[in-house]
Amino acid sequence: MTDTMSPFAGGIVGTPRLRKEDPPLLTGESKFIDDLQLPGALWISLVRSPHAHARIDAIDASAALAVDGVVAVYTGADLEGDWAGPLPCAWPVTDDMKNPAHLPLAVGKANFAGDAVAVVVATSRYAAADGVEGVVVDYEPLEAVVDVRDAASDRLVIHEDCGTNVAYDWELTPDPDGVAAAFQDAVHHVTETYVHQRLIPAPMETRGVAVVPAPHNGDMTLYSSTQIPHVLKVMASLTLGVPEQKLRVVAPSVGGGFGCKLNVYAEELVCMTLANRHGVPVRWTETRTEASTATIQGRAQRQTIELAADADGKLTGVRATLLADMGAYLQLVGPGVPLLGAFLYHGLYDVPVYSFTCRSVFTNLTPTDAYRGAGRPEATYAIERAMDSLAVAVGVGQDEIRSRNFIPTEKFPYDSPAGLIFDSGNYQPTLDRAKELVDWDGRRAEQAERRATGSTMHLGLGISSYVEMCGLAPSRTLAALNYGAGGWESATVRILPTCKVQVVTGATPHGQGHETSWSMIVADRLGVDPDDVEVLHSDTAISPLGMDTYGSRSLSVGGTALWMATDKVVEKARAIAAHMLEASAEDLEFAGGTFTVKGSPDKEVPLAGVAFGAFTAHDLPDGMEPNLEAQVTWDPGNFVFPFGTHIAVVEVDEETGAVELVDYAAVDDCGNQINPMIVEGQLHGGIVQGVAQALWEEAIYDADGQLRSANLADYLVPSAAECIDMKLDHTVTPSPTNPMGVKGIGEAGTIASTPAVMNAVVDALRPMGITDVRMPASPMTVRRAIEAAGGAS
Amino acid sequence: MIPAAVDYVRADSVEAAIAALVEHGDEAKLLAGGQSLLPLMRLRLATPTVLVDVGRATDLAGISVEGDTVSIGALTTHSTLEHSAELAVACPLLAHVASVVGDPAVRHRGTLGGSVAHADPASDLPAAVLALGGTLVVAGPGGTREVAATDFFTGFLESVLGVDEVLTEVRVPVSTGGWAYQKFNRRAQDWAIVGVVVAEGGAGVSLVNMASTPMRATAVEAAVAGGASATDAAAGAADGTEPPTDNQADGAYREHLARVLTARALTAAGR
Repeated sequence: MTDTMSPFAGGIVGTPRLRKEDPPLLTGESKFIDDLQLPGALWISLVRSPHAHARIDAIDASAALAVDGVVAVYTGADLEGDWAGPLPCAWPVTDDMKNPAHLPLAVGKANFAGDAVAVVVATSRYAAADGVEGVVVDYEPLEAVVDVRDAASDRLVIHEDCGTNVAYDWELTPDPDGVAAAFQDAVHHVTETYVHQRLIPAPMETRGVAVVPAPHNGDMTLYSSTQIPHVLKVMASLTLGVPEQKLRVVAPSVGGGFGCKLNVYAEELVCMTLANRHGVPVRWTETRTEASTATIQGRAQRQTIELAADADGKLTGVRATLLADMGAYLQLVGPGVPLLGAFLYHGLYDVPVYSFTCRSVFTNLTPTDAYRGAGRPEATYAIERAMDSLAVAVGVGQDEIRSRNFIPTEKFPYDSPAGLIFDSGNYQPTLDRAKELVDWDGRRAEQAERRATGSTMHLGLGISSYVEMCGLAPSRTLAALNYGAGGWESATVRILPTCKVQVVTGATPHGQGHETSWSMIVADRLGVDPDDVEVLHSDTAISPLGMDTYGSRSLSVGGTALWMATDKVVEKARAIAAHMLEASAEDLEFAGGTFTVKGSPDKEVPLAGVAFGAFTAHDLPDGMEPNLEAQVTWDPGNFVFPFGTHIAVVEVDEETGAVELVDYAAVDDCGNQINPMIVEGQLHGGIVQGVAQALWEEAIYDADGQLRSANLADYLVPSAAECIDMKLDHTVTPSPTNPMGVKGIGEAGTIASTPAVMNAVVDALRPMGITDVRMPASPMTVRRAIEAAGGAS
Repeated sequence: MIPAAVDYVRADSVEAAIAALVEHGDEAKLLAGGQSLLPLMRLRLATPTVLVDVGRATDLAGISVEGDTVSIGALTTHSTLEHSAELAVACPLLAHVASVVGDPAVRHRGTLGGSVAHADPASDLPAAVLALGGTLVVAGPGGTREVAATDFFTGFLESVLGVDEVLTEVRVPVSTGGWAYQKFNRRAQDWAIVGVVVAEGGAGVSLVNMASTPMRATAVEAAVAGGASATDAAAGAADGTEPPTDNQADGAYREHLARVLTARALTAAGR
């Protein structure tokens, strides 16, 4: 595959380049929330319910107030009057969605273990923690609802005012009769049920907040370890009733988010209101234990998928139903997470009819929300696991069943049965290349050899071909989905008098490397050194317009705004250059940072000359404004649809149940690549995060709703020692949705890898009669499956 | 994750440490590498009011081999054991076990004496000392005593160490016979779900995380002594165990693992 369709000619884009973010990160120069020096700041610590469900009968803070350094204690009731509204949910997916009031500090009842019920304010972090031990809360424990099916039964209703545990029902079935007919006529009818365990996002930096008030004029700066300073500013202003023009939100260096910092949290609002009350800075840094319960969790779905196919295994219909666990409250975009997968349960397969229904319910567990992939990993898991079942039913290989069903390349742009338009795709080459990388045929032979010789070390091969929708999002599409905001992004390009460049972006990086990629795009087009491009972001005072970073949107939406702003600046520079060269603007060429007159190569002016001329303004064309600066806000016309094929090879130890990943290939297509090194980095991390769901990670709750994996010894985030060398390759199918031809890659690895690994595990065990293993495929889980199948030695 | 207030005393010698322990009694805890104690304090599961830091007590470090005995100062770090040329010759089993404790950061701070004194049944090194038939040297206000490793561990995180005593030295016999350590876990950094240590071709066999203390697999040792094959000897690996149930494994699965891993360890040790 070649990238002959790349619009870049400057020799910078498309070449691996070390990240300019890394030296300050590696040397400790980058400042995270907890690094901020704020003289006179008060620290807070939250009193959290140890019960998953309990009435709060009384709170006695007298012992806490006696602790040296404790300044004040506030209960939920004390602060109830401070809120102009509850914590926001911006995605009421249906008009009748149940949305129980979610106050920053619970009043009357705690609805999950970790729900904050009071706050201690103290002169130090240690005093605040000591103070929490002195707050005596009189709880009346209630029975907890922890299972989604139990919740859906309404046997016990958590939020009495809602009258039900069902938050909403949502359906997408464009052709109900067609779906019914497809399943009636199906030669093969596959039905599978899968459970996505709860996952705990574990960024290296936990959350943190610091609020600095300026008492004289009511200004307030909210520092937060957030992915969304711009969205947070709007939401915090509404929730607290603070005039938005008085509020500045800054996300300093942010040590990862994976979606869990795409939210508006109680601690942000509590710090704001206490900074107002006390007139001094107020701060909070989350502990790792708190991060396990007080920050959103991900996945938590139970899915049933049905495939209808003809005798050849050609899909004729797909029907998916979902039971999604919202947790105790609806968070910022939590209700919408299932919808982000709702359109993709037929994967990258050409299917005539499609049906998706989702019921989302409340439980007495930590609220769920977007976690890397948000909806698409779940959808991809369901279809890719079920395709393996179909292959078995039809009697063909897992590769062949996919090849027979891939959307043919000539059908793009593809009108999907769910109503989307897939922008571009060419799927078969990714499967072919991935098979090459793992020596598919050789591994199959090795697998057969081991089986024939009675080895207890079984090989398994698993394929996951995927397409995902990202680049959130066309604002009108979001409106159709009842989302409460738009999906545009903003960028400003400013060429300074000395021809250095400032870029302002509304996309807010938290580890992705925007500074490097953005400077490469601008440098490639302007003919300047990438190190001469400064990228400013994450501060609403510097970058007032933005919709921030999530949903693999930064490059395809924010990057496109940047591309367009660069265009505007170049056009203005061209007009000035034409004036300086006494030529017509149409006769100028711009390459390598110099304007030349076509046919008169000796007549030229470098961009630096134009920039200084624009600054002095001594001789500009009549009516032209001085300086070179342009701002663009871009609203995309469609999502982008990256795709690819991943193959996992695992070895399963029959005696112990241990699963070891022994080989992994990923062939991805995200269109034109800006910095291939960053693309690889996103894939490496994303793949490991998805493998972690398959093999290691699980938020383990007991029947009382107590989290039994609330630290990193019990919640098994993999380390470098668990990673293997991954074989990466790519194809290039540019997106027609944006001028750079780019697609997102931030979530693809996570979306693809989980089903690849689980398909491999099941492939290894299928001769024993095993057709499913629940995630994570822990040694005991696998061993028990082997024992239950009677295939054990 | 915020520890409670604690006083700090630095003891630069064993005598100073004992004096501090005598003064503060069971309010005090000895701090060596801190790899077990400090996490417990941060979670407020341990709340000593005085920390007696022996980290600079230089009389507690070092490895020496004399005759048939390897003597290791209690403050010797896992990393030192892992990389010791002397130990690689005199007791390669112990060097290997030290190399699979936690992660490199833990191994650079954690100490042999600290690990043994903490008496965690899930830890690697106490079981290794047990399988090797080691001896622990304990100093207190009344002088020094020697305790066989088989008599040292008395319960979950409990040993015969008095509140005013300091574990000063670990002695193991020179051991170059067939050995193996089968550590079964899901991540390299984790405690063993089950571990099996085999020393001297099966003369010494011990189990990690199969009871409230590290324990000898006496039925396996007896079977080996009686000439049983690795598989036959391993059949008794779970005899007399009381394995815990946690997120990773229940008791029945641990018993199964103990048998599988014991067979593998005995085989690897040349049985």
